[in-house]
Amino acid sequence: MDYSKVLSKTIVDTEKSGIRKFFDIMETMDDVVGLTVGQPDFVTPWHIREAGIESLEKGKTYYTSNAGTLELRIEIDKYLTRRFGVSYSPEKEIIVTVGGSEAIDIAVRSIIEAGDEVIIPTPSFVCYAPITRMAGGVPVIIETSVKDKFKLTPEALKAAITPRTKMLVLPYPNNPTGAIMTREELKDIAEVLKDTNIVVLSDEIYAEMTYGHEHCSIASIEGMKERTIIASGFSKAYAMTGWRLGYLCAPAVMIEQMLKIHQYCIMSSPTTSQFAAIEALKNGDDDVKMMVEEYNRRRRYIYNGLKGIGIDSFEPEGAFYIFPNIGQFGLSSDDFCSRLLYDYKCAIVPGNAFGAGGEGFARISYAYSIKHITLALERIEKFVKTL
Amino acid sequence: MKNELLKLLETDARYTPEQLSVMLDIPLETVISYIDELEKNGTILGYKTVIDWEKTNRESVTAMIDVKLTPQRGKGYDRVAEKIYNYPEVQSVYLMSGAYDLSVLIEGKTMKEVAFFVSQKLAPIDEVISTTTHFVLHKYKDTGVLYDAVLDIDERGNCN
Repeated sequence: MDYSKVLSKTIVDTEKSGIRKFFDIMETMDDVVGLTVGQPDFVTPWHIREAGIESLEKGKTYYTSNAGTLELRIEIDKYLTRRFGVSYSPEKEIIVTVGGSEAIDIAVRSIIEAGDEVIIPTPSFVCYAPITRMAGGVPVIIETSVKDKFKLTPEALKAAITPRTKMLVLPYPNNPTGAIMTREELKDIAEVLKDTNIVVLSDEIYAEMTYGHEHCSIASIEGMKERTIIASGFSKAYAMTGWRLGYLCAPAVMIEQMLKIHQYCIMSSPTTSQFAAIEALKNGDDDVKMMVEEYNRRRRYIYNGLKGIGIDSFEPEGAFYIFPNIGQFGLSSDDFCSRLLYDYKCAIVPGNAFGAGGEGFARISYAYSIKHITLALERIEKFVKTL
Repeated sequence: MKNELLKLLETDARYTPEQLSVMLDIPLETVISYIDELEKNGTILGYKTVIDWEKTNRESVTAMIDVKLTPQRGKGYDRVAEKIYNYPEVQSVYLMSGAYDLSVLIEGKTMKEVAFFVSQKLAPIDEVISTTTHFVLHKYKDTGVLYDAVLDIDERGNCN
């Protein structure tokens, strides 16, 4: 059989994620101290797990309605109103998805057709460009820079817009840089977008993890809700990555179309997870606060620790990553990270895995205990002393 | 801020003042002076290590004893509590509401040793009306620490 004639060319041409390559090497080695994981080290709080277990004990093992249980959608609306001042109709403007990833996928697929351009600020999470291409769209990359604190500027946005622009991905708080966008900065972005037909896909999965500034959703800025899709979920805020649960909020006319994709390819999101998520939203605020306080302590610890060994970083204001500038050592991101891994058994992710603009940087996750971070910093210090 | 400092030290007494200063975002001198003050005024009473003795070859048994008392005029339970807590084998003494008055945690090498303590030292105290001894069979969790947790295995997948 000639598989080259069988497999979809679009998929074959889709590059394997740069992070994946690095993880594959790492997993073949022993005694590696890694700071690579992009998920919380906390276990889902017990009362949330218990709600999932209780739903199983009561035999709630059916599909829910396609958009998710109404009770959960009501809680999502209450949560977004309480935390970020944006409200969505539980009946018509919310879909419960399989993680934030599905939310991003169906948002793109419901908007993008062959040749449509999607503006993607980078460095950012690895899925936006491949998902755009799979939908037939064309990714238009904006490289944000450390001098702008890795924020999207209105000037860069204006320069990237063409008549074919259909969507702007807004990935803040940002993985991998830890950048955030404040309300004032988002207002400037909104100013560029008003009176256009450009849709904003705002990936707010790290919304709870901000330090110093409260997260601002672009949907809460006047005139933006009608053109904004919020993709978010429970993975990061509630330490629920394995439950695979997220959500999409958007104007009813968009949700109606997105629901068709979700209905045909997913049916409904995991029922057990939906029951756990209701408990998370009803009684989980204190858990989130506790975890965010802990991330904040680690953030300061790793920022100062890197500074102490002569590695400068932009001080992250969101998510749980720091993106130090390693270009000063005269090695490419790949070389720096490979040598650190092979010779000093410490794993961090090369910054170019998140877009070409990440060259010269590396992503370090601080979703680890202080003890683990201390051990990793010792290894990094030994390495940079040889450079 | 002092409470946050105490919470951190309660989870790990080996955090250095330098680490605490960065984690709490307060100057190093402030951390040092807070700790000094909290030690001097008796808020921080000591720094101990949590040990699972079952993993060693040291023999030990722990028992919780419910003690009913007759209070003494003018002194309540304080005097008799003192008589009990002065025995070095006594680990903790709590005054309780409910069916009995004192909860006494005691550690001995063998069950016989604990039984000897109860019959020869505790029960003969004038104010003690009765005792009920419960031996601890296995510790699952103590002062917030899990005893059977497998350490340092990170099962999280690297997927983004």
